[in-house]
Amino acid sequence: MAENNQGAERVLMKGNEVLAEAAMRAGCRFFFGYPITPQTELAAYMAKKLPLCGGTFLQAESEVAAINMVYGAAAAGARVMTSSSSPGVSLKGEGVSYMAGADVPGVIVNVERGGPGLGGIQPSQSDYFQATRALGHGDFYMPVLAPSTVQEMADLIYLAFDLADEYRTPAMILADGMIGQMMEPVTLPPARDPETLPKKPWATTGTRMEREHNVVNSLYLSPNKLEDTNFERFERYAQIKETQQRQELLLCDDAEIVVVAFGASSRIARTAVREARAKGIKAGLLRPITLWPFPTKAVDQVIANGAKQFLSVELNMGQMVEDVRLAANGRAEVSFYGRTGGVLPTPEEVLAQIEKLANGEASGVLPRPVDCPSSNERGE
Amino acid sequence: MPAPKTPVTLPDYQVERIGSQIKEGETIKSARPHALTDAIFNYCPGCTHGIVNRLVAEVIDELGIEGKTVGIAPVGCSVMAYDFFNCDMIEAAHGRAPAVATGVKRVHPDNVVFAYQGDGDLASIGTAETVHAATRGEKITVIFINNAIYGMTGGQMAPTSLPNQVTQTSPYGRDVATVGYPVRIAELLSTLDGVAYVERVTCDSTAHIMAAKRALKKAFQNQIDGVGYSLVEVVATCPTNWGMSPHDAFEWLRENMLPYYPLGVYKDVVADGYANAAEAALARAKDCPIAQKGKEA
Repeated sequence: MAENNQGAERVLMKGNEVLAEAAMRAGCRFFFGYPITPQTELAAYMAKKLPLCGGTFLQAESEVAAINMVYGAAAAGARVMTSSSSPGVSLKGEGVSYMAGADVPGVIVNVERGGPGLGGIQPSQSDYFQATRALGHGDFYMPVLAPSTVQEMADLIYLAFDLADEYRTPAMILADGMIGQMMEPVTLPPARDPETLPKKPWATTGTRMEREHNVVNSLYLSPNKLEDTNFERFERYAQIKETQQRQELLLCDDAEIVVVAFGASSRIARTAVREARAKGIKAGLLRPITLWPFPTKAVDQVIANGAKQFLSVELNMGQMVEDVRLAANGRAEVSFYGRTGGVLPTPEEVLAQIEKLANGEASGVLPRPVDCPSSNERGE
Repeated sequence: MPAPKTPVTLPDYQVERIGSQIKEGETIKSARPHALTDAIFNYCPGCTHGIVNRLVAEVIDELGIEGKTVGIAPVGCSVMAYDFFNCDMIEAAHGRAPAVATGVKRVHPDNVVFAYQGDGDLASIGTAETVHAATRGEKITVIFINNAIYGMTGGQMAPTSLPNQVTQTSPYGRDVATVGYPVRIAELLSTLDGVAYVERVTCDSTAHIMAAKRALKKAFQNQIDGVGYSLVEVVATCPTNWGMSPHDAFEWLRENMLPYYPLGVYKDVVADGYANAAEAALARAKDCPIAQKGKEA
């Protein structure tokens, strides 16, 4: 098993454990969480490893308490994270809003499962809206990174800590039960030298009687001051949108039909796109890595390359498709195909949709987009 | 009010602050603690928050810990405490101060971390955070202001409102048959093994104010000494939302609050002869083999 405080190394590991190991290598020494499926391996790994490298693992009494411990530890200047799955992430919304409002960096992992409510425990992407629009009340966004491989679990959580510190914002890893539970070979990043971590002169570490007192706060009773603060924060958001969009483009140089998919669904879409190419259809894949900021520049690029149609493929009832439509802004047709509740589409299902579009037919119609038997018909 | 005068030997910071007001031969009897900023309290006349804020600041001064103290302000009338204290401060979400304090203390165990909370914050919306920070034995100091009402939002029924007490949301009086009984925090927390010290005090007289200060000092000293979680409950007034003059409010406090919330020490592991809460917890569970595991270590 991988040990901390080492250089880069190649190992076979489970997605959830890689999130934990890479977070520690990124300098995270504090983890606060509450048990929930399907992210439990992450917390278990932290419980085992953090004490061995001088860190703190604490199982909080609730998700609400956990995120507020994150807020406190982050205010005190630490690299800190929490992880959960969909229903638990809802409970973290309060704390994330306070973190955004107080400009406190920290990383939140959501290994998504089906919803709403208690939902299910199978993979899902139905928290896209929650993650990219408003994980909590008030005017704010946060960087949201969507890994599609175990390797990206390592790379993106490493990046998430840097983005959080650089822009003084909470940042989220939006994974799903599939990426979290599967094992793949992964090259773990080298451990960060703590000395190279960004300095945080704003942190509440005690004045040592050497400076004015620091205050970490999101309360502004003056509307004008609150507006100024929000304007300043949105200037940072504008920088993030300008400089931090990330995506992978596959076969998009001449693609006329571009499938847009992230995380687990992008793995299925990738196969479907290749199969479509084999059938002579000019298909491509645009895989957003940052969900916020959404890679609008890549959408512009594929349209410039000749894309006529987008097909958003998601493990939900159609959420990211709205961002695709906004980015396309009438310049291309936008369709959606998705399965939900923890059901994964097959590459054949996605290929069938691409073929429909290639033949000039409308894509799937909600709520039951394909000829798929209901659970009743399956005899469940 | 004329400028206060104190004995001439002033610490440097007081000379900086009020030195220009002192004439030769004059003495100043009472100066603002350094741990308080120059901000003017926004508390109502007769409210005990101002007294307790000052007592906390005096204790911080006397223990010489301002430079390593981090305070957590709550949601409620003392929400602006981050403007009043000179130490580093964090504003927490409603009820979450003990969780935020936990985060800070775990990152910087050598810092002195206190949470300052009202009754709605600590005993209603933050009950889980309160109970669990206490049972974990977080080495923090909690100051609990119990004035039996929600002050900032305009006088709603609190978890500590007395039976039959009239508030905005109990206009016919708190009906214990339907909304239950007041939460007695000092008693409740004294049953938890992680707790080192719980005392209930009040601020209705000079003697009680001095006793409150001694309790607060002990609660901070316990943290410095690593003894365990300490909480001081202050039975407090809210003349504005009780609909009384400051004078009548203190009368009502003595007449109704103190019989329901008796003053006194509810737990003090040091006075009981233990070095800390952990040692007391071990003794309490002396007949539980698994709890004794590793005792020799």
